Amino acid sequence: MPNKRPADRASPPRRRFLAKLSLIPATSLAGAGVLAPLPAGAGSSASYAPSFFQPAEWAFLVAACDRLIPSDEVGPGAVELGVPEFIDRHMQTPYASGAIWYMPGPFLDAPAEFGYQGRLALREILRVGIAAIDAACRRRFGKDFASLAAADQVAVLKAAESGKLELPEIPEKTFFSYLLGEVRNGYFADPSYGGNRDMGSWKMIGYPGMRADYIDWVGERNKAYPLPPVDLSGRRG
Amino acid sequence: MMAEVKPRVDAVIVGMGWTGAILAKELTDAGLRVVALERGADRDTQPDFAYPKIVDELEGSVHRRHLQSLAQETVTIRHRVADTAVPYRQVGSFKPGTGVGGAGVHWSGCHFRALPEDLELRSTLVQRYGARFLPAEMTIQDFPLTYEELEPHFDEFEYVCGTSGKAGVLQGVPQEGGNPFEGSRQREYPLPPNPNYLGAELFYTAAREMGWHPYPIPASNASRPYVNPYGCQMGPCNFCGFCSDYGCLNYSKASPNVCILPVLRQREGFELRTRAQVLKIDLDSSGRRATGVRYLDANGGEVEQPADIVLLCAFSLYNVHLLLVSGIGTAYDPETGRGTVGRNYSYQNLNRVVLFFDKDVQANPFIGIGGAGTTMDDLNGKQLDNAQAGFVGGGIIWARQPGAGPVRGINLPPGAPAWGTEWKRAVRDSFRHSFYYEVQGACMSYRQHYLSLDPTYRDAFGRPLLRMTFDWHDNEIRASQFLVGKALEMCKLLKPKALAGDAKKPGEHYNVTRYQSTHTCGGAIMARIRRRRH
Repeated sequence: MPNKRPADRASPPRRRFLAKLSLIPATSLAGAGVLAPLPAGAGSSASYAPSFFQPAEWAFLVAACDRLIPSDEVGPGAVELGVPEFIDRHMQTPYASGAIWYMPGPFLDAPAEFGYQGRLALREILRVGIAAIDAACRRRFGKDFASLAAADQVAVLKAAESGKLELPEIPEKTFFSYLLGEVRNGYFADPSYGGNRDMGSWKMIGYPGMRADYIDWVGERNKAYPLPPVDLSGRRG
Repeated sequence: MMAEVKPRVDAVIVGMGWTGAILAKELTDAGLRVVALERGADRDTQPDFAYPKIVDELEGSVHRRHLQSLAQETVTIRHRVADTAVPYRQVGSFKPGTGVGGAGVHWSGCHFRALPEDLELRSTLVQRYGARFLPAEMTIQDFPLTYEELEPHFDEFEYVCGTSGKAGVLQGVPQEGGNPFEGSRQREYPLPPNPNYLGAELFYTAAREMGWHPYPIPASNASRPYVNPYGCQMGPCNFCGFCSDYGCLNYSKASPNVCILPVLRQREGFELRTRAQVLKIDLDSSGRRATGVRYLDANGGEVEQPADIVLLCAFSLYNVHLLLVSGIGTAYDPETGRGTVGRNYSYQNLNRVVLFFDKDVQANPFIGIGGAGTTMDDLNGKQLDNAQAGFVGGGIIWARQPGAGPVRGINLPPGAPAWGTEWKRAVRDSFRHSFYYEVQGACMSYRQHYLSLDPTYRDAFGRPLLRMTFDWHDNEIRASQFLVGKALEMCKLLKPKALAGDAKKPGEHYNVTRYQSTHTCGGAIMARIRRRRH
């Protein structure tokens, strides 16, 4: 979604969107760029103070989590389960600093079959990507990603996913695929890492978690597995 | 600074995985003094694989705690000889291990014997179809060992591992329930097969309807309590679902740690040094005889370990690397076809079909056992008419469920989005009601697929990285399409509500980002042919 033509700003869908905005109560727009619009269920993440992400990055992350795994009738959303907290904490692990990646150069362009060949570690990929997408949103919409309407956020994420959003410092699809990977990790990993609160995602899909003992059920064909999940600390969901 | 020189020993072993442990056992049995050097840490069931810490998907399958980190050592990869290779920067296509037990800790447990004709593949094919049937650049050759010569060793290793299975041919006599196409075995497996999960059970139905001969995958995941010939104990597998990527919490999956090391650790003639990174094999002044190895200890100090016998028992790729950085043998040259070290690098042709069912079908993919399941050899070995199929090499389809969890990934039906409400719906509806079959196709060796030293990239110790030149050849793409086609035909008999298959497409390139197989083979090969010295 390169923003080279000023006409983009006044595209018909955009005008319709702006027209709708005037119907939204002003309180929802206050503090744009920090935590507005407030995603559903964001309250449960509010008590966590991020230590890796800066406020603007955090606002992006919370909004992106809410679009990627929304709270809906299917089950809990990423924000509600603490996924932003998971990612903030995960970025501070050796893994996110590239501890198990081969990091030396030279850094050559290579086809996608060879994987990411740049010089950034995971935590930098997210940071650089967030800044680049926010910049693209400001060029196109005049505001940060977090301040866009949900439909526009979805459109931006789809563009990032399909590689249509040109980001200056990172291959087009790289940021999105790592972001989505982290969101899923936080949604599904053990709650001790900060996400998947109360094993919410495991309950949604019927995963028994860390039981790790199924010899008595391997031959059962007709009944659904009956036990609720347990987590690494031994709590039952 | 001078290297510290250790007292000479009879044998030094590089790498304490399966081959290192087996050789250490054999050599100490024979009374030799053996030192084993392992680049990683020591590991054992307790405390390293203890429940519940071990069953942590984020640690095991994202942080890859039980695999080799690529930070210090990796390989570079390119598709063609004319390309510039780039590093394998993040684990994807294959998963080397590190630490005591090596990849024998995080493997699944499938424990097949080679088919007799596989060991004589070239001559079998030439006999059946004539030499012109093989593409000019295909460099497959026979092993210098026959099935009959190897049978006692196959047998012994199955008994060391507590392999659970059903014989198909016992002393030449076909057996009900086993693989009718296997080479004859002297005795039954040490343990009976494990119970079937749903997908393995349905495989029997569908494969029989196809006219095939399904049988239980031989699994080194114990189906009963077991004591192996060394006196090492194994416990029955409880289907915990954390096999591939993980160490076994239950003493059920065969590993060097469970099946051999308990004996070795007691032996006076055996010394294990961990965090010992071997850099190079030392040679005598003629350059024709290995005199020992040079390694870095945990302090970073260089140590020389002289030995009469030097055994390279590291992961396959790193054995080739050590040969090349030590200047041993003649490095393979794809232009001339001369040289042995690095020659005939090959891989495995893995494809997958996924079956999705309604909610009344309880597939329970979290119930897992690494090596067990169901498979068939009807499209493998001599059973497949290669001339009719249009490619060299056979393959198998198998039902295997090593244990799935949501961090490791949930299979979704074709067309499902990757995020949003519809993704959630697909994840919720698919997770417990789908299973997959894999198609393991053979992968032939080619003149242009080989291992060599990279001219640019270096490891943390200053050595050139190993460079892999590999891509899918037309032959393997045809094999993939044929075998996946057969698998889909079989799956349709089970009437899934959706079916996904990933046969390789013409022109498709090797993708290093997707896990396929850790069977990175070749590069240090054996053959009957001995080239005359120049």
